[in-house]
Amino acid sequence: MGHMTHEESVKSATKWIIVLAVITICEVLFALLGKGYIIEGVHFPVWIMALVMIVMSLVKAYLIVYEFMHMKYEVPGLVKSVLLPTLLLVWAVIAFFWEGADWNKRRSLIDNKNKETVETVRSSGQSGELIKELEQ
Amino acid sequence: MAETLTHTDKHHDHHDHHEGENWDGGAQPFKASYGKLMMWYFLLSDAFTFAGFLIAYGALRIAMPSWPIADKVFSTFPGGFHEKPLYFVTLMTFILLFSSYTMVRAVQDGHREYKKGIVVWMALTILGGLAFLGCQAWEWNTLIGKEHMTITKNPFFTTTEHGTYLDPELGAMVPGETILLHKIQTAHGADDHGDHGHGGDHGHADDHGDHDHHLPGFTTTDATYNSIGDQKYAVVDKNGFILHKYTVQDENGITINGEDGKPLVKTESLGPKAFGALFFFITGFHGFHVFSGVVFLIIIMVNVASGLYEKRRNGYEMVEKIGLYWHFVDLVWVFVFLVFYLI
Repeated sequence: MGHMTHEESVKSATKWIIVLAVITICEVLFALLGKGYIIEGVHFPVWIMALVMIVMSLVKAYLIVYEFMHMKYEVPGLVKSVLLPTLLLVWAVIAFFWEGADWNKRRSLIDNKNKETVETVRSSGQSGELIKELEQ
Repeated sequence: MAETLTHTDKHHDHHDHHEGENWDGGAQPFKASYGKLMMWYFLLSDAFTFAGFLIAYGALRIAMPSWPIADKVFSTFPGGFHEKPLYFVTLMTFILLFSSYTMVRAVQDGHREYKKGIVVWMALTILGGLAFLGCQAWEWNTLIGKEHMTITKNPFFTTTEHGTYLDPELGAMVPGETILLHKIQTAHGADDHGDHGHGGDHGHADDHGDHDHHLPGFTTTDATYNSIGDQKYAVVDKNGFILHKYTVQDENGITINGEDGKPLVKTESLGPKAFGALFFFITGFHGFHVFSGVVFLIIIMVNVASGLYEKRRNGYEMVEKIGLYWHFVDLVWVFVFLVFYLI
């Protein structure tokens, strides 16, 4: 970039690649730690794991886009026209995960209902007759 | 360029000067060249494609009572190492990360118009891309060839407390543990598998000894499905997968009989089916991006070496554009790594 000499920009790139590598190592170590691979019997709750991992990944994404892809040096109009549309994804994530969680909830509901029916039929011995009785 | 300008100026002679500045093609909105700006918008659209895939993955995963735990699924390392959670994929991540660094260096040498440096750094980037693709080929080969994961079949399942995927009859299972189905047998005394021959299985199962089935009442020489002892709800197929077995009923709850007069029995795999399809399509789509990136890198490196961009006098802009694409591929991997391997 115009405002930096070659040596300065090389130094900056080297600094950020080291930061990215360190974050990646932290991610892996945290994943292994939270699942009990490093210290026997240590388990972190899923939501803590997910939150920490997502935050670290977003930091990595920011560094790649701003430092390596030079988004830092683009004019505000370009930055906004590229980054603002990705905010739509926030709603997509909320909507689809909400829906997915609901499928899961209903699955166990349906499973429980199915179990009830099966047990009733079994205890009566002859399933066909019971259903006929119920229909009448 | 100069010809174009005079041509448009003729048409805009009677307009005032300001409008001519904006519309005669010489101005750069956003102070970026057309090529770089369009690369940014292509990457934005590509980000939406990947986001669509990853959101579908998340929605399906959240809808399942359990999901294969990544550090059990991806735990092999070349050279016969097993039970090495995340080691191999961490290596892949570092390869891609450092190829991003070599790409930055190539772009920086482009800014100071140092041809030799650009070629060397681009060659290193290409090597990184090829190494990543090689790793992915090995990983896929392990999953497909040795662990029998396909887009329709998922041999991995995680036991849950609610019983959907937990069957205590299949052996002592800890809730929440991910199991590769044809590895369950090792819990049933596989230590002694030197004592008896591999039987009819020998031909196609030579590379994984855990295909020896030691479940009570089960032999591999039988037909397609075998029952496991007096197990009512599970069978083992000829590849050693344990499948959930169920009888088919009509809407009145009456058991349907097959052609042989016996109750119609069907089977389904125990693990969430979508896992294989999601894994292969998403990592495959990313791998395809890496592959096409390598192809473009090679073309542009050859053009740099041949002096084409020197003639164009546009400051190696093509190197910057492929640089943007290559960093984007690395960026996507950050999120693939996050959702498939870390969480």
